[in-house]
Amino acid sequence: MNIPVKTWRFHGGVHPADGKALSNSVPAQRAPLLERYTVALQQNIGAPPKPIVAKGDVVKKGQLIAEAGGFVSAPIHAPTSGTVGDTVEVPGANGGTIPAIEIIADGKDEWGSGLEPIPNWKNTDREILKKRIAEAGIVGMGGAAFPTHVKLSPPPEKGIDTLILNGAECEPYLTADHRLMLERTEAVLEGAAIAAKILRVDRIFLGIEENKPDAIAALREKAGAYGVTVVPLHVRYPQGGEKQLIYALTGRSVATGGLPMDVGCVVQNVGSCAAIRDAVVEGHPLIERYTTVTGTPVVNPGTWILRLGTTVEQALTFAGGVKERAAKVIMGGPMMGFAQTSLGVTITKNSSGILLLQWKETSGYTSNPCIRCGRCVRACPMKLLPGPVSVMVESENYDEAERNYVMDCMECGVCTYVCPAKRPLVQHFRRAKAEINAKRRAAKAKQA
Amino acid sequence: MSEEIEKKTVVLPEPGSLVLSTSPHVQDGDSISKIMLKVLVCLLPAVIASIWFFRFNAVRILVYCGAFSVFAEYAWSLAIRRKPTVGDFSALVTGVILALNLPPGAPWWLCMVGSVFAIIVVKELFGGLGQNPFNPAAAARVALLVGFAGPMTQWAAPVTGELVSGATPLGAVQLAKGSKEAMAILGSPENLKALFLGNVGGSIGETSALAILIGGFGLLCFRLIKWQIPLAMIATIFVFSGIVHLAAPELTPGPVYHILSGGVMIGAFFMATDMVTSPMTALGGLVFGALIGVLTCVIRIWGAYPEGVSFSIVIANALVPLIDRLCYIRPFGWHSHSASALQIRRGEIK
Repeated sequence: MNIPVKTWRFHGGVHPADGKALSNSVPAQRAPLLERYTVALQQNIGAPPKPIVAKGDVVKKGQLIAEAGGFVSAPIHAPTSGTVGDTVEVPGANGGTIPAIEIIADGKDEWGSGLEPIPNWKNTDREILKKRIAEAGIVGMGGAAFPTHVKLSPPPEKGIDTLILNGAECEPYLTADHRLMLERTEAVLEGAAIAAKILRVDRIFLGIEENKPDAIAALREKAGAYGVTVVPLHVRYPQGGEKQLIYALTGRSVATGGLPMDVGCVVQNVGSCAAIRDAVVEGHPLIERYTTVTGTPVVNPGTWILRLGTTVEQALTFAGGVKERAAKVIMGGPMMGFAQTSLGVTITKNSSGILLLQWKETSGYTSNPCIRCGRCVRACPMKLLPGPVSVMVESENYDEAERNYVMDCMECGVCTYVCPAKRPLVQHFRRAKAEINAKRRAAKAKQA
Repeated sequence: MSEEIEKKTVVLPEPGSLVLSTSPHVQDGDSISKIMLKVLVCLLPAVIASIWFFRFNAVRILVYCGAFSVFAEYAWSLAIRRKPTVGDFSALVTGVILALNLPPGAPWWLCMVGSVFAIIVVKELFGGLGQNPFNPAAAARVALLVGFAGPMTQWAAPVTGELVSGATPLGAVQLAKGSKEAMAILGSPENLKALFLGNVGGSIGETSALAILIGGFGLLCFRLIKWQIPLAMIATIFVFSGIVHLAAPELTPGPVYHILSGGVMIGAFFMATDMVTSPMTALGGLVFGALIGVLTCVIRIWGAYPEGVSFSIVIANALVPLIDRLCYIRPFGWHSHSASALQIRRGEIK
């Protein structure tokens, strides 16, 4: 649909060099089948899934190998057919190690998910669709990895009236959602329609940054049939931040400490929508995803369709390796991604990109004193006072920081990006949030 | 598999050489030294005007103040065994602004005392760049004016360099107080034109409103200052002095005379806007600018000193923590701490 929709401008934000030209015109390629996949056993926020296979078991592609460990959890499926290998420890994208199950491919790549396709989802009960999404292990694929079926189960009193599809992809360099929206347009839209049916809403917005005109055109051509309104948004990081996106599309602001459903909205990543469609219409669980492998050192930057359990090393090999020395390997984008020291990190459900940066492209931090220039205050999309709050954190005055809403910080990093004194602002806030959360947990434990 | 063959030819990053750090991994590339260099560029029109009008005296004062300021900062770094910070150019900026605030007859030792006071006492003793509550140049000018009233009023006529006393436009106002006719002469169009261009007596860098406006425009273009501060300050002086002028024309000349004379322009664009010593929020900037405007007018019209910009800036600097506290901004989504926005929208909660 081409109805012009009023949009709102969120406060602050920045426009970093986006680097998307490296990979946004390269069609996504399907990675060749590997001999071995290392499937991490924690790929969602919430309870870790429980493995249900043992070494030597024969599994089919899409077969359940770890069941959900609770309501806020998502099961994990075999990325290909083969035998179950050892349980090993792999480096996790955010540091530390996580257990993983090896799947040794038999080369046949035979489906056997045990999930019946539901092509006629329009006349299917909502609970069955919701159960299917839970069974397929779908999580928020934009980064947070929050189980999708939980998001699609808001309490009825919240009065959900809007489903928002997050196709902003505001992180520089990443083009996975861009390619997905362009190449799997109808899958995204159909998945959105399924989610809308589950939520019983008829207002569906797809927010997308204006720097993807080809995807906007493709989506608009098909969107009408699925009741989706495509809304191009100004190119400004973090346009895809959940609260910023809701504000941009509806003018509603989520209260501090609140959730999107408090303002009647549910936000889904476009990748998750395509996964919903595959799970319902094809009966395929979530075993692969679009991932951008990019950066100036990469020989062939582009977007790849990678099975979960592919290592970063293998993904980089598909992209031809490096031609320049890379100083950083980042899971995710340059603003919020995690730097890695090992190439053994595996692709998980929320791996939107692998970004390599050269030394000259990255930046270090020093603790220069704040010169109170106020750029962070102008740039903060949550309208916090990063400079003064960072001084409070430096003196470990967490109570004062909490009174200044440090818990509302979403760690988008624009304050650090703009700081001319090169202060590690967002890093201070992460520390403060961890300290305050620990204090809250301790207080709770004391009460109980 | 083909992958095995490919692997041999493909170069991968060496894990041992990878840098581990937290996000964000990129920055916009601006730095304190770049900001200070941009400020120096914006000071150029005023510097050129000062040399044009006060010739060798201006060169002499600029060199003295710049050199003494940088040297004071360097010596302090050595004394407290800190990595020298002169590379951020902030001391040079302070020195140049201080020089522009001194009279053409200022002797070398006045430049030295002012520079050392600005750098060591006003800035470094409070902890260095970013920690000083007062603008170093403004505070140094105030200190010199109070401590060395004689040398600080060694005025000279522009271009000719003839040493005179009481020849500044604001000094003339002080002399004309009580006479409606004398005030009217001061406010004549030719006088105002001279004030705008800078062909009058005064501190070497503050006489030319035009030159400072050009530099101030540069500051705004580089987004180095909050437009709220100069706007509020100049507008307040205009309105305040305008009202007083209408009510008592024998007390003060017209508002245009006020905003073009003395340190209003350089104060509004280069001293009040000092990032370190001004409020962080936009609303705070308006309050701060207006406060300086009111104080300046009060001192000029009813005070013992002919000029009050530096005094006003220093007083307002002291009030910045209070202004910041009163003019805070609320976080995104603050409005509904207890109630959801949806309930507000539906009218369930007002």
